Order: sequence, then C-alpha cells, then structure tokens
Amino acid sequence: MKIVALNGLLGYGYSEEALEVAFSEKVDYLGVDAGSTDPGPYYLGSGRSFTDRAAVKRDLALALPKALAQRAPFIIGTAGGAGSARHVAWLKEIILEIAAEKGLHFRMGIVHSDVTGDYVLEKLENGKILNMSDDFPLTKENVKESTAIVSQIGIAPIIKLLEEKVDVILCGRACDTAIYAAPCIFEGFDPGLAFHMAKIMECGGMCSEPVAAADVMQAYMHKDYFELRPGSPHRRCTVDRVAAHTLYEQTNPYLIFEPDGVCDLTHSQFRQVDNRTVRVSGSVFREADEKTLKLEGVKCSGYRTICPATVYDPETCRHMDQIIQTVTDFVKENTKNTLPPENYSIRFKTNGGEESSLGIIMDVVGKTQEIADTVCALARSRMLHCDYEGRKSSAGNLAFPFSPSDIHVGAVYEFSVFHLAKVDSLLETSKITIEEVAG
Amino acid sequence: MKKLIDYTKILRSKNAGPLFITFDLIFHNLEDMQYVSAHLTKKHIAEAYETAEEKIDIIAYDVVNSIKITFPRKNVSGSIADDDIYGCQQHVPLANIIL
Repeated sequence: MKIVALNGLLGYGYSEEALEVAFSEKVDYLGVDAGSTDPGPYYLGSGRSFTDRAAVKRDLALALPKALAQRAPFIIGTAGGAGSARHVAWLKEIILEIAAEKGLHFRMGIVHSDVTGDYVLEKLENGKILNMSDDFPLTKENVKESTAIVSQIGIAPIIKLLEEKVDVILCGRACDTAIYAAPCIFEGFDPGLAFHMAKIMECGGMCSEPVAAADVMQAYMHKDYFELRPGSPHRRCTVDRVAAHTLYEQTNPYLIFEPDGVCDLTHSQFRQVDNRTVRVSGSVFREADEKTLKLEGVKCSGYRTICPATVYDPETCRHMDQIIQTVTDFVKENTKNTLPPENYSIRFKTNGGEESSLGIIMDVVGKTQEIADTVCALARSRMLHCDYEGRKSSAGNLAFPFSPSDIHVGAVYEFSVFHLAKVDSLLETSKITIEEVAG
Repeated sequence: MKKLIDYTKILRSKNAGPLFITFDLIFHNLEDMQYVSAHLTKKHIAEAYETAEEKIDIIAYDVVNSIKITFPRKNVSGSIADDDIYGCQQHVPLANIIL
C-alpha cells in the first residue's frame, strides 16, 4: 500500500514535480498536516491561521483533483493551523471554493474536536486530568477563563470516516500521526509500523536530504516493514535522517505517545535499500490500558502594544539599565491616579549592547488596547528623551525604524490548558458529519 | 577542554510541545557521544539554564550517535514573559558548556 504526505505543513509549499512523481504510481491514501502549536497560543485564541490562505489554496488545488482521480482518500489534520471549529470552517471554505472552480464532486467527512469548559471541569472534578508537566497544573480558573479548548483526536474518528468511504477527511485538532497511521491500521497493517511511519511522514521531506518540510514524501507499507522515499528525484532518504527524525520535537526518541498507547522504537531497524530509499522494521505498539486525549486551551490575557527601536550611541547603551529604571518609575508615577498597576505590564526586551548597537522592544500588555497604547506611548516618549550623566546626544536616545512608532499587536492569548484527559472512548470528543460536495 | 558544541555535528533546541524544551546533540561518531555522555552532568545543565536537576531528562540514542536532553520551559511558550515561541534559539548556554 502506498501513502503519500503532501508536505510537512499545508501552505508551506511543495514541488509540482514531486507530486507528479508520487501520482505516477497508484496512490492509496494522501495526507497532510495543516497545523501545529509551535507558533504559540494566539492562533487557537483568535481563530486565525498562521498559514496563508493563498498558499493553502495552492497546495490543496493541485493535489485534490489527483487524489480524487485515483480515489485515494485525502486526510487533512488540524485544519486552519489550530483545529477549532472556526479553523475548520476557514479550511472548508477554501476546499469548497476549489471544488466550485474545478467542478469537483466528492463526499467529505468532517471531524470537529472542540470541547467545552464544562467537559474539562467535569474531568478535573472526577480526577481524570493528568498533568503533562508538574510545573503546569490545571486549575478551575484556567478552564473557566479559556476562550477555546480543543482535543487532539487520534485514529478512531478517521477510521470511522474511512469505513464510510468518504473521499476527503477534514479534521479539527488531530494528532499529527493519526493522519497517516489511521489508514494503515484501517487496512490491517501493524500499528507499531503504522505509527512509526506516521511520525516520520507528518513532517513531509524533513527526513530527506536536502532536508525540506516543504516537499512530498512517500511511504510503502508492507506486512513486516515500511519504506520511505521522497517524491522529488532531487532528494533522498538516508538511514541517519530517518533514524534521527524521532529525536525531533519529541521528549523521548524511543517512545511515541499516542491516545491509544505507545509506539516503542527500541528495537527498530533501519536499512538503506537503494540510494533514495530507507526500510524500517521492528517498531512495536503497546496499547494503553487507559486511553487519553490531549486537551489544548487558551485564555485572553490582555491586549498588546509594542514599540521597537535601536540605540546606536555606545554611551546610551551603557546607561540602558538606568534608563529602563527611570522610564518604569516614571510610567508608574504618571499613571498612579488613573491606572492601577494590575491593569498593565511593561517589559523592555533588549538585544546586543555597547559593542555594536542595542535593539529594544517596549512590550506593553494592558487590560484593554487603550491602556496598552497609553502606557506604551508614555514609555516611548520618556525613553526617547531620558537624560543620564554625561549625555551628549541630547536630541534623542532612540532610532525608530517606523512611523507610527507604536504598533498594535491586538489580543494576547496564553495557554490555559495543556493536559491529558482520561477518556471512556476515543470518540467522545469527536463530532463527525458527512456532506456531499458538488462543485 | 573544549566547548560542548565543538564535539557535535548538530546541536539544536526546540519545543517538545509548549511546556517542554528539548535539545538534540548529534555526534560525528560513537566515541564523541560516549565521551560527552560520560562527562556532561545534570548539574552542568541545571546551572546553565537555572533549572532543577530533578526536572532534567538525559537520554542517549545511540542509533544515530545522539543524546537528547529535555526539561520544562522556564516560561510556557507564548506566555507574556516568553521570548522564544518555538524554542529554537535556546541551545547557546548548552553549546558553551566546557567539557
């Protein structure tokens, strides 16, 4: 069985040549990961994608007709970058637009994986929440303050939709591995091999040389092994790259933790089959007694205004600690009757120093955008003209690269939930629907 | 006596989810890996990153002559005090450890 990864992240691009090569043979399944928590909590909170709409459309528009023509189900994980209902709607709209433009007809399964605060609170009260890190325990306040919470679905809802013979599967927040492991397990392949293959494939061409998340990767599943070969004839898989891939973004290179259990790579074997192909065997899956789903939630922590500036004068650089103290005290004193200090926080992020130049970002987070604006403007003007002993450059301390100098960043979100929930069923957070798309 | 980075082929940091930072050290050969394994201690890392020794995991992965180090991030990714969302520029204190 042949399964193809479009690339490591939908919207990051891939070469048309590599896609052509991949589809010059029979493809059984096509997959792509469309999201990640790497870009931080903002995207889940705001409902926006960190990927660009035009780039996402390009990546989908080339691949979707090929998958449909070969009747290869196309599985898309973590729609819109963060996988909430708003992100699924965003990606669905793009898919419908492509269908209309190209006159495509297909059945699309959709998995929403949002959960409510009440769902998480009930888990917390029943002792069914596990901390990922002891430094980040779950509190009721954090759950109640959350504006969006999603669960990372595993293979179960995808397999449900494969049984329904849909052509496209659009997932909300999903484990990256579920995209590629689900069809293999559905087809009866060994789950140890399926999850190991999926862990490598979800990053596209990252396991090849030259390395590129932005390219097509191909996996060939067999009973006792799988093989990996890049779509692009200009890339090759090597044992080192493939073996090293399980180090990447993982806490443990030997164990891949999944909702269903753990994939153990302790006895995995890697072999170079030809110049561009690596064979992997020996990976073992152990089903967990207790199934878990990872929950991700964010809360809004205020509104941000920043002001970036550069200091070239070495004398000013030398006095920067003192200037920052003066500015901080000034802002506090100046707003004491209008703005209680709990309404804002101010940080001065500096880089470099007197040897070269010093970059500074005044970073203000306020309870409202107006408060952030007020504090940032005060800090910026005070810092511009702040005096110090022996100052000769008395016209100003800061080179502003932009006008306006102060930039609205908008709402600031922070992770409020990042925990495991013990579940009775791995389908309990999935809302599955199927619709006919007729372009 | 040389810097840790001078023993390695790859030395990188990255989030392992928003709560953890993980470091991959990949070596040219097994000898370098074993030398570093034998000499790099949790105490070195705890001092370089102002974290507690008991929070640090060090795992040797000799399939590709490598060592993985993981511990909780000082600031959760994207929290207001964080200044490296992806965590991919946190390797320098580790790189500068003298062995």
